[in-house]
Amino acid sequence: MLKKDTYDVVIIGSGPGGLAAAVAAKKEGAEDVLVIERDTELGGILLQCIHNGFGAEIFNEDLPGPSYAQRYIDETLELGVETLLDTIVLEVTPDRKIIASSKLHGFVEITARALVLAMGCRERTRAMIQIPGMRPSGIYTAGTAQRFVNIEGKMPGEKVVILGSGDIGLIMARRLTFEGAKVERVCEILPYLSGLTRNYVQCLQDFDIPLQFRHTVKFIYGIDRVEAVEIAEVDDKWKYIPGSEEIIPCDTLLLSVGLIPENELSRQAGVLLDPSTGGPYVDESRQTNVPGIFAAGNVVHVYDLADWVTLAGYEAGKGAAKYAKAIRTRESDHIPVIAGKNVHHVVPQTINKRSLEDKEIELQLRVLKPIESRTIIEVHDGKNQITRKLERYVRPGEMNTVVLKPRHFADVEKASNITVEVNPR
Amino acid sequence: MQRKYDYIVIGAGVVGCIIARTLSRYEGSVLLIDKEADVCMGSTAANTAIVHAGYDPLPNTLKARMNVKGNAMWDTLAGELNFPFERRGDFVVAVGDEEFPELETLMTFAKKNGVPGCHILSGPEVRRREKNITPDVSGALWASTGGITDPFAVTVAAAENAVMNGAEVKLNTAFEEFIMDGDRIIGIKTNQGEFFSRWVVNCAGLYSDFVMHQAGVRPEFKIRPRKGEYFVFDRADVQIDNVLFPVPTEKGKGILVTTTIHGNTLLGPNADIIDDKENTSTTTSGMDEIWAGAKKLVPSLSKKYVIGTFAGLRPMGNAPCKTPGVDYNKDYIIEIPEEVRGFVNLGGIESPGLASSPAIAQEVVDLLKDAGEELKVKKDWDPIRPARPRFREMSQKDRKLLVDMDPSYGRVICRCENVTEGEIIAEIHSPIPATTYDAIKRRTWLGTGRCQGGFDTPRVVEILSRELGVSPLEITKRGKGSKFLFRPTKKVEN
Repeated sequence: MLKKDTYDVVIIGSGPGGLAAAVAAKKEGAEDVLVIERDTELGGILLQCIHNGFGAEIFNEDLPGPSYAQRYIDETLELGVETLLDTIVLEVTPDRKIIASSKLHGFVEITARALVLAMGCRERTRAMIQIPGMRPSGIYTAGTAQRFVNIEGKMPGEKVVILGSGDIGLIMARRLTFEGAKVERVCEILPYLSGLTRNYVQCLQDFDIPLQFRHTVKFIYGIDRVEAVEIAEVDDKWKYIPGSEEIIPCDTLLLSVGLIPENELSRQAGVLLDPSTGGPYVDESRQTNVPGIFAAGNVVHVYDLADWVTLAGYEAGKGAAKYAKAIRTRESDHIPVIAGKNVHHVVPQTINKRSLEDKEIELQLRVLKPIESRTIIEVHDGKNQITRKLERYVRPGEMNTVVLKPRHFADVEKASNITVEVNPR
Repeated sequence: MQRKYDYIVIGAGVVGCIIARTLSRYEGSVLLIDKEADVCMGSTAANTAIVHAGYDPLPNTLKARMNVKGNAMWDTLAGELNFPFERRGDFVVAVGDEEFPELETLMTFAKKNGVPGCHILSGPEVRRREKNITPDVSGALWASTGGITDPFAVTVAAAENAVMNGAEVKLNTAFEEFIMDGDRIIGIKTNQGEFFSRWVVNCAGLYSDFVMHQAGVRPEFKIRPRKGEYFVFDRADVQIDNVLFPVPTEKGKGILVTTTIHGNTLLGPNADIIDDKENTSTTTSGMDEIWAGAKKLVPSLSKKYVIGTFAGLRPMGNAPCKTPGVDYNKDYIIEIPEEVRGFVNLGGIESPGLASSPAIAQEVVDLLKDAGEELKVKKDWDPIRPARPRFREMSQKDRKLLVDMDPSYGRVICRCENVTEGEIIAEIHSPIPATTYDAIKRRTWLGTGRCQGGFDTPRVVEILSRELGVSPLEITKRGKGSKFLFRPTKKVEN
């Protein structure tokens, strides 16, 4: 049972963002910290990510997801963070009251002095991209299939076509192959990869799984279970090119067609969402427009690497602890950060002038279009350049960053807003 | 030894289930069979979920009479069976001056059919009532008796109430042929063996032509499935709060923009006549057609909030209307044919079949009485089918009381629609046990939200497996052949 009904910091979600926020909040001096998790164990989606690739940024190690999660689970528990497992949050109010429900703990109401939203993201579905055809069993999002295989130990299919080249789809292509299934094809409607290049190399190339760009599923066959899919090539306007159709017999269609930040609770709490990310507008401490409500990780915008989510969680946890201790209050003196040329979105969307004395601020962005040559990421105030960074290439599937260092802060402070843009060199 | 029944009903759609429920009121035994793993798996499962007012069918047809009579019976039906039903009223929207005269035709139909509460509204008045409507609206027919409901809930509730009153339901049981004694039907052969009865009622929907042909009745009758495709929108983004029809065409009632009883905006259907009775596919051209049709009524619709697409088949028949002077050949069949005895024959019950269903059941009772059936009401007949708790519809205060009473209602399995483990367990052990994922989905509304089952599917498979005492590998989406899982993963030696 819960020890209290009021906590300094409550964190919703125990994936990499939530756990890091809990650790950081404790370390920053918050006394009562509570993590609420809907599953029966801490760790979030990391627990089903049994592949390696975690920890390179933070530990300089190559860890599987559960091992990476365990380091933060251990630290969270050692620091005395309370947890509510198998508990779902039903409602969050703007004054940070939380209503949650659980088989173990019953129906609970909690007040948070500061709240961190770390609900992560969900997968886009068949309906969102409106794939025509029948509606048999055997159509799964890649993450659901991953849960079946890695948590439940059951195979959701034997002959598989994957639509979308997102990271989970690529990882699952390899995973299902390991388990003896045949992955017939990966189709991507875009002319470039949605996920990380390293996942393409390690998960598809190494197993001779064919990937087709500019291809999509045109029709799903099967009354009871998937029997085949018809794929087709598309033109620049995503119209099927006549004559390019091919019917691939299969029993399973996996979808890896994008992730959407999970923000139903945020909306209830009055948190404003950025239409370009689907997540809350946050400042550099990851505070939303609602005072005392912070957000971190994939709930803000979708990251490629869990390490980045952890780092964002630290910021949010620290901000929340400071807020809870009434050291920090919401300042209105914010400088907007604008997504300029070839930039889909930038996080944070604002910078609090007051934090310019603290330490460097990292701007995280995704480009709209890939540039496969030397590229400049430039930060300017509308007239003058503040800083820039060179990249060998930029791709929408891979997040980019540019750092504002203390020596740039004088320029930032003078600016009415700052813009990030990406151009070929 | 096979048991002998008084009445066998073939087909557990809304018509079959309400007929079984109505017959269970009287002394005599009732068996309801369906070839699928659950009730409500055919035409009833995929339509616009509207209880039509009755201004649309051609006057003096059986369709018109059943629609208007049936519509008036829904308040009692919903009250007794405890399913959601609201008389929200509906609009038939005329766009541009050229469509306005159609409203007057419908108004004439409404008067002839005896539909109460219809008025023609001006364009500005329609815009005042529905702010999202096209600025080109020239007027609308307003029908205050139009209703919205949940066809799954109606059908399940009717079947449960039939079972409560002694009826038997056998699922996964497909009709094959009749057992005859001379010109009298005495039973049926199915894939699950033979069942004998004094009367057989044909409620086979899309397959009603097959059933009547097996009885040697109406060899010229043919069901042509008329496919309709739909878009469903996220409930969190309510766009439309009304029921908006376009003016009808020869293809049907046209593409609606409508709210549903669950609060999701729904677009559709188109009308595509096909041959395959199992082809419930959505198509690129169909979805384009729906989108264009819906945008004509509500130009501001955005595809961003589409969370579902589906298609259903209407069982369109070719039976001529029996009323002299009425030239109409898609009328309902509700009859006791002369060529065989012991057979109540229904066919072509397409839209407004849902609205008509309680009247059709009454018509069947009247026909049986005319044929000499005594039909004595049982002393202990209970018309009330109690509702089960629906966490998603409850206030936080009531939720707390429920969870305190039974903690399994505290465990939310479907995040988007707030459906709990307690509700799932209750459905698995209900009078018509839910044994498949879709049966749970249709009863609880789980998996119908934004993530479309991505989160709940593994958990529902686990709960079904546990409660039914079978391996997760045997759990299906909607019955035989639609399994989720193939085999365990490879074993690892430790």
